[in-house]
Amino acid sequence: MTAVSVRGLRRQYGERVVIENLDLRIGKGEFVALLGESGCGKTTLLRALAGLDAIDGGHIDAPGKPAVVFQEHRLLPWAPLWQNVALGLETPEGRAAAIAALSEVGLAGREEDWPRNLSGGQAQRVALARALVREPKLLLLDEPFAALDALTRIKMHVLIRELVARHRPGVLLVTHDVDEAVAIADRILVMRAGRIAASYDTAGQTGLRDTLLKELGVETDTRAA
Amino acid sequence: MTIQLSDRTALAAAPRPRRKARLTSWQLNIISWLAPVGFLLIWEAAARAGMIAPQILPAPSAVAATGWKLIANGSLFQHLGASLARAAAGFVIGGSIGFGLGVLVGFSRLAEALLDRSIQMIRAIPFLAMLPLVIVWFGVDESGKIFMVSLAVMFPIYINTVLGIRQVDPKLLELARVTGLSWQATIRRIILPGAMPSVLTGVRYALAVAWLALVIAETIATTRGIGFLAMDAREFLQTNVIVLTILIYAAIGVGADSLARALERRLLRWHPNYAKEA
Ligand SMILES: Nc1ncnc2c1ncn2[C@@H]1O[C@H](COP(=O)(O)OP(=O)(O)O)[C@@H](O)[C@H]1O
Ligand SMILES: [Mg+2]
Repeated sequence: MTAVSVRGLRRQYGERVVIENLDLRIGKGEFVALLGESGCGKTTLLRALAGLDAIDGGHIDAPGKPAVVFQEHRLLPWAPLWQNVALGLETPEGRAAAIAALSEVGLAGREEDWPRNLSGGQAQRVALARALVREPKLLLLDEPFAALDALTRIKMHVLIRELVARHRPGVLLVTHDVDEAVAIADRILVMRAGRIAASYDTAGQTGLRDTLLKELGVETDTRAA
Repeated sequence: MTIQLSDRTALAAAPRPRRKARLTSWQLNIISWLAPVGFLLIWEAAARAGMIAPQILPAPSAVAATGWKLIANGSLFQHLGASLARAAAGFVIGGSIGFGLGVLVGFSRLAEALLDRSIQMIRAIPFLAMLPLVIVWFGVDESGKIFMVSLAVMFPIYINTVLGIRQVDPKLLELARVTGLSWQATIRRIILPGAMPSVLTGVRYALAVAWLALVIAETIATTRGIGFLAMDAREFLQTNVIVLTILIYAAIGVGADSLARALERRLLRWHPNYAKEA
């Protein structure tokens, strides 16, 4: 089972080619992290997969509509939490599903609350619930934890792993945090010059962190640490 | 006795840090009435002492007595009703047109190119300059007065509706696409609520100018309304009634403003600025 399959993808802004001949496959329930220097085209790739931007070449095959969580929570301030989660599915069943999704992300009983009463981590959990309630085959996460403090981020890592294990979407997590990628992904891709430059399975790997940092152009000396 | 317990008692016995004496909102409310009430009392005293001639400015008690007389014979409410009906009709007509045009122009650059310049040009015409033309068009009929109010109401609602729609966060519109919202649902769930704070600001301005327009419009020959009351009184030099009509206009202006505020509290209760936290 494939959550998404990309062949020969090309994206350009005017004359400037950002993604060139990129191939990618993510399986059902597979958790893939995408690392890369700032400006290398990670968001561009994710937006193409989300169907937000038209592509300039190649094929993207994804069954069903992907769900996206952005770096900002993008909650509607004028809608109570359950309506934010059920956005576009405002039926009695949608409400029930939203309430269930909220309790899954640890916000049981908060369905009538307003977004303004949430902390950053809680708001991002609602955004996760909004994505998951649609039971997507593909879940796209664009640095969703980047704005959170370190402790909250670790809690979110645990939560997202649980949720993915339960719902089994294919996941593409864009991040610039090597430790985050190593901690939660099954596979880590390194993006460079508009294509996937390297791919590592995290299972049973040692020294992956240093390898990845080297891939990203950061020299580390483990003996000095 | 455990250490913990004695610690706690020590803490409880310790003198509390002195809070600055803060006035409660209730006290502040009372204080805010001191100046106007004081002013009325001085005015009354001066009038009774004969320092102000009643033809120039009657005592508040005399104005109140006149008001009571007009209430008792039913004419006050008749005139007030006529004025309010004009204001309401003008507000609904002008408000609907302003909102409709605002939505159109807010959504469509083409509609903006077609309409906005003309609307701004009409807006630039001073209100009073229109009055003779309105009389020529509509005569001294009811419709002329409603037209004046509509015209005044239209612009603030139009401008703020366009602004509100244009200011809706593009990131939320992107979210609508990601979640697969239909365009109807996008308008209902994202664009209109997002524009609402701005639209309500427009409503508040509109209520204020509606009132202004009505005062001006009611100086056109008329047989009903607060304006008629004032014109009629001027003819017979009834200063009591003139002052009374001014006070009624003021009271209705205040009423309109609190109506707008109530509307904001109701419709914007999600908004941090309007939320009343317990
Ligand atoms: N709308 C746009 N128009 C022109 N250039 C863009 C646009 N969006 C992104 N880019 C450029 O494309 C490159 C990749 O951007 P992006 O995908 O956002 O990088 P990142 O890997 O940091 O997410 C960057 O050099 C950026 O300047
Ligand atoms: Mg990015």
